[in-house]
Amino acid sequence: MKINKETVEKVAHLARLEVSEDEKELFAHQLSDILDHAEKLNELDTEDIAPTAHALPIQNVFRKDEVRASLDREAVLANAPQKDEGMFKVPQIVD
Amino acid sequence: MLDGYEMTVGLEIHVQLDTDTKIFCGCKNEFGAEPNHHTCPICLGLPGTLPVLNEKAVEYIVKAGLALNCEINTFSKFDRKNYFYADLPKAYQISQFDLPFCEDGHVMIQLEDETEMKIGITRIHLEEDAGKLNHAGEGIASSDSSLVDYNRVGTPLIEIVSEPDIHSPEQAIAYLKKIKSILEYIGVSDCDMSQGSMRADVNISVAPTGSDELGTRTELKNMNSFKAIEKALKYEPKRQIKVLESGGEIIQGTLTWDDEAGKTIPMRSKEEAHDYRYFPEPDLVPVIVEQEWVDGIEDSLPELPDARQKRYVEELGIPEYDAMVITADREMADFFEAVVKEHNDAKAISNWIMGDFSRLLNEESITIAEVKFKPADLAQMLKLMDEGTISSKIAKTVFEEMFATGKNPDTIVEEKGLKQISDTSELEKIIDQVIADNQSALEDYRGGNKNVFGFFIGQTMKATRGKANPGMVNKILKEKLEG
Ligand SMILES: [Zn+2]
Repeated sequence: MKINKETVEKVAHLARLEVSEDEKELFAHQLSDILDHAEKLNELDTEDIAPTAHALPIQNVFRKDEVRASLDREAVLANAPQKDEGMFKVPQIVD
Repeated sequence: MLDGYEMTVGLEIHVQLDTDTKIFCGCKNEFGAEPNHHTCPICLGLPGTLPVLNEKAVEYIVKAGLALNCEINTFSKFDRKNYFYADLPKAYQISQFDLPFCEDGHVMIQLEDETEMKIGITRIHLEEDAGKLNHAGEGIASSDSSLVDYNRVGTPLIEIVSEPDIHSPEQAIAYLKKIKSILEYIGVSDCDMSQGSMRADVNISVAPTGSDELGTRTELKNMNSFKAIEKALKYEPKRQIKVLESGGEIIQGTLTWDDEAGKTIPMRSKEEAHDYRYFPEPDLVPVIVEQEWVDGIEDSLPELPDARQKRYVEELGIPEYDAMVITADREMADFFEAVVKEHNDAKAISNWIMGDFSRLLNEESITIAEVKFKPADLAQMLKLMDEGTISSKIAKTVFEEMFATGKNPDTIVEEKGLKQISDTSELEKIIDQVIADNQSALEDYRGGNKNVFGFFIGQTMKATRGKANPGMVNKILKEKLEG
C-alpha cells in the first residue's frame, strides 16, 4: 500500500507532530513498507478464526466500587506549567 | 408545521452513572467537590498507569439496557477514541465502538393527543466522562485562557443513541422525559440536568415529506435543558428549510444554541472533522456478560413507569392521563401509593396530587422528599372530608396549612376552628339571620328571580367563614326561601 505525502501530513497533524519536508518523503516510504509488511497477514486463511479482541486470553477483570484515596492537589498540580485557582491553566481553545 | 418538509431528530443522551467511584479508578465520583480533589495517576492519564473497570458501572449499564428493552451483548469490549482537547488528559477517551453492552432497544412515548409511539434505541455504550473547562472572561471564544478541573474525568457515562424515529419537538421531549423517568426509577442516575448528569447531543435534519433519504444534519452538543432543546428544535428545521428554499445547501457541522437570541450559531473549531481513529483498548480486557448475571440484574428491576401506569388505570381506576403524570416521577408515584394504602378513594387522591399538591410543589420549587407532611396526613384529611367534618372548600385551607407546616389535619382543624357546621338548628339560626339581613333579595327571589339563590348561599358561607355544610345549607335555604 502506497502512502503519499498528503497522508503523512494528515496523520502528523492528527498527532500534532511537526515534520520537515525531508521527513515527509522518508516517512511516506517507511509507512508504506510497514503497511506492505502487515499486508502479508492477509495471505493467511482466517475463515474459521474468531476475531481477536485482545492479545491476552482473559476476560472480566473488575474492581469493586470502593473509594480509594486520591492524590493531594499540590502533587496533582506540581508539574503544571501554569495553574490558577487549583486548576490547570491552558491556552485559549477555540480560535 | 413545516410546509412540505419533515424533520428528523437523532438524540445521543449522555447520562452519568451514580456509582461511588469512577469507572477506571477508585477516585470518588462526586459532583461539586473542590477542583482537582478527586484525581489520581489513573484518571489524570499519567504514563504507566492502567485502568481497572468498575464492576458496578457494568451492572448499571446492563440494568439501563434491560429497562430500555435492549438486547444485552454477551461479549463487549472497549475502544480508544483519539482526539486532543484540554479536558481529556490522556488525549483519548475510553469508549466502545463496535461491541457496546446494549443494542436494539426501545421506549414507548405518549403524546398530547393521547397517541402512543415507539422510539427505537440503536445502542447504549459505556465510556468515561471528560474533565471540565472553566472559561475566564465572556465565554469560550473570547477568553485567552481556560482553567481545567479533572474531577469529572472518569465519571462513568452511558450514551443512549436513538433511531431516526423522532419527527417533532414534542416527540423529542417526550422521549427525553421517558428516558429520564426510567433511569431515575432504576436508580442508576439522578439525571440532574442542571448539574450535567444528563445531557444530550441533538442532531437535526429536514427532507421533503415522503422522501426516503434524510437530509444533511446539523448537531447541537451538550444541551442540558428541555426548554432549550425544545426551542432549538422549533428553530433549526425552519432555518434549514429557509436555506434549502433559497437554493442553498445545509453544511454539516456543529452549532451552538444561543438561548438569549433564540437561534443557532455555527461553531468555529480547529478540531479536524471526526477522525477519531478508534482502535481496541489494549489496557482493558473484554467483558463477558453471562445470562446468569443478566437474570440477576433483571430480577432487581423495580416496577417501571409503563407497568405502573397500566396498573393504576386498571386496578385503581384513575384516568390514563393522571396515571401517566403521577408515574413519570417515581417519588410522586411512591407518595401516591402510600396515600392509597391508607385511603380507598384513588381518584380523590390523584385529584389532590395532580391539583393542589403539584401546584404547591411548583410554586415552592421543592421536591417530594422535602414535603413536610406524610402520606397518612393526606389520607386523614380525605377521611375528614368523607365524614363531613370538613367541607371540600375548607379542605383546601387544611391542605395548604399541612403543606406549609407539616401539622396533621386533625390539629389544624382543631387549632383553626375549621370544623364543618352540620348542626341543623345552628344552621337554621344563621340562615334566618342572613334572610333577615337581605329582605330585598328575598323579595326578588319570591318575585321569581331564582338566580338570587346563589347570593344567599354565598352570604351563608361568608357568615360561617366557609364552614357550613354546603349540602345542608342548600336544603335549609330552599325550604326557608320558598317560605
Ligand atoms: Zn482517579
